[in-house]
Amino acid sequence: MSQPVSEAPTKTDLGETVLFKGAALKLDCGAALQDVEIAFRTYGQLNAEKSNAILICHALTMDQHVASENPLSGKPGWWIDLIGAGKVIDTDRYFVICSNVIGGCAGSTGPQSQKPDGSGPYGTDFPVLTIGDMVRAQALLVDHFGIDSLFCVLGGSMGGMQTLEWAASHPERVFSAVPIAASTRHSSQNIAFHEVGRQAIIADPHYLGGKYYETDERPRKGLGVARMAAHITYLSETTLQQKFGRNLQDREAVSYGFDADFQIESYLRHQGMTFVERFDANSYLYITRAMDYFDIAADHGGNLAAAFEGTKTRFCVVSFTSDWLFPTSESVQTVRALNAAGANVSFVEIESDKGHDAFLLDEPEMHATLDGFLKSAAQARGLPIKQTEGQDA
Amino acid sequence: MLDPKASAHGNLASSRIDLQLIANRVEPGTKVLDIGCGDGVLLDLLVTDRQVDARGLELSQKGVNACVARGLSVVQGNADTDLSYYPDNGFDTVILSQTLQATQKPLEVLSEMARIGERLIVSIPNFGHWRVRLDLLLNGRMPVTGALAASWYETANIHLCTLRDFTDLVDQIGLRVESCITLSKGRARELSGKPRARDNLLAQQGVFVLRRG
Repeated sequence: MSQPVSEAPTKTDLGETVLFKGAALKLDCGAALQDVEIAFRTYGQLNAEKSNAILICHALTMDQHVASENPLSGKPGWWIDLIGAGKVIDTDRYFVICSNVIGGCAGSTGPQSQKPDGSGPYGTDFPVLTIGDMVRAQALLVDHFGIDSLFCVLGGSMGGMQTLEWAASHPERVFSAVPIAASTRHSSQNIAFHEVGRQAIIADPHYLGGKYYETDERPRKGLGVARMAAHITYLSETTLQQKFGRNLQDREAVSYGFDADFQIESYLRHQGMTFVERFDANSYLYITRAMDYFDIAADHGGNLAAAFEGTKTRFCVVSFTSDWLFPTSESVQTVRALNAAGANVSFVEIESDKGHDAFLLDEPEMHATLDGFLKSAAQARGLPIKQTEGQDA
Repeated sequence: MLDPKASAHGNLASSRIDLQLIANRVEPGTKVLDIGCGDGVLLDLLVTDRQVDARGLELSQKGVNACVARGLSVVQGNADTDLSYYPDNGFDTVILSQTLQATQKPLEVLSEMARIGERLIVSIPNFGHWRVRLDLLLNGRMPVTGALAASWYETANIHLCTLRDFTDLVDQIGLRVESCITLSKGRARELSGKPRARDNLLAQQGVFVLRRG
């Protein structure tokens, strides 16, 4: 494949986007994606050696607005606790890149995008993607910045999958990798939950086989139900019990009907309703599918350690005690494979009762872990403590 | 240490003098695995003083998190079950300091260590020390000492041995004692080979450098 040529980035309402025009991005499914557009955000300054870049990979429903306000929702960056000047991922020291995955709906090429032949949006004509494809697209963006080797690739959940994929498929470009609350393969249970979500979307009469863009309707009910089911998997039983218990919603007694009697029902309905305002149903189908297909070992003859053989990347694997979507046992498998490959690996399980979502929250122990790991990796990389004066962001 | 009069909370310099002795016996710039690395004191010594590519395995999650937060490469794991995931000859030196007595299967742990690295450094408390012997003889109870301060029914140290017991096991596995340092009241004595009966009586700890074959 000849390398697509990147055009000068365009500033849009959604941050910057860069269009890779010309040659196509070859995908695992065999198809090729023409004129790939990637929406991204950067924070801090790339140093002269281009050695201080950290790529943040986002989770299923996140976007590139990792450390700054999302211009559409007005919400603060989703990892604002972690990333910024003087924070653990110090933008005075590092150049932070975060891009919307291809297949997404926050500005990068996805099912909502127009087909190159001008015959309308892709819809379900969009090729089925893999995590590997997402990483290949991110590599185009990294090339666009002229960065040969990333100081760190870091992400949680699906972002952790991309991190592991980066380390397995581009080891020479990843100095350090931090997969958080992730796995090298999607489990049967996780595929099952995704399938429930997809079937809810497809069953919505407004889905129209994915061709709803031409109508005024959207498969809101289906996407809302998908989000409700998924949202349960992001929390823990303890959190649900503590936060909602069997509390009733704005009423003294049950209604003997199917209203949201319980607070947890009301909460989930709200989650579903707000989600459909910011997410595209087809993107949800495509991205969940990419996660389901993810299995690094399968790409290496069933031997996970072989995927990381000879790697020089420094790894820090993080899991949370109450995460049942990507439980610690999954991270242990990753760590064992990395050890078998002789990799430099740290592994920390963080005590938290907040479930899978803990990785997005202000967990002091996670922050302390990342701080120690990054500082040590920066020292090994020879990065100065702070960038020289005048280069500060 | 096995001195019954020693404080259970002695400062690091006196209570873990074996760590400095171990660090001094690691070749600078080599690759080292420290099994049971605790909160990473030895790993830190190895990285800063000996520029070693040091990795750790630690059972307690608290210890692991403390290590990683100070920038050390440590994973949570169990010496009894997780060594099998490390590759043959993956390390130059494999260290087990004051941990063997807490493992379920000391023989298997030592054998696995010898598979992972050609050179082993193992430090153990000596249950053959005269105070321990005297304590058992006079009081007729399991000795409770400064370093091994827990009572018999709650101690994590389930496989205590004497220096002589240890060298017997080393022979059985087919390892060679390259050198041995005995420690008594904070004083170290370097022996060229195996400890003798006198050492087994006077040493509170032994630090062994072992090699395959």
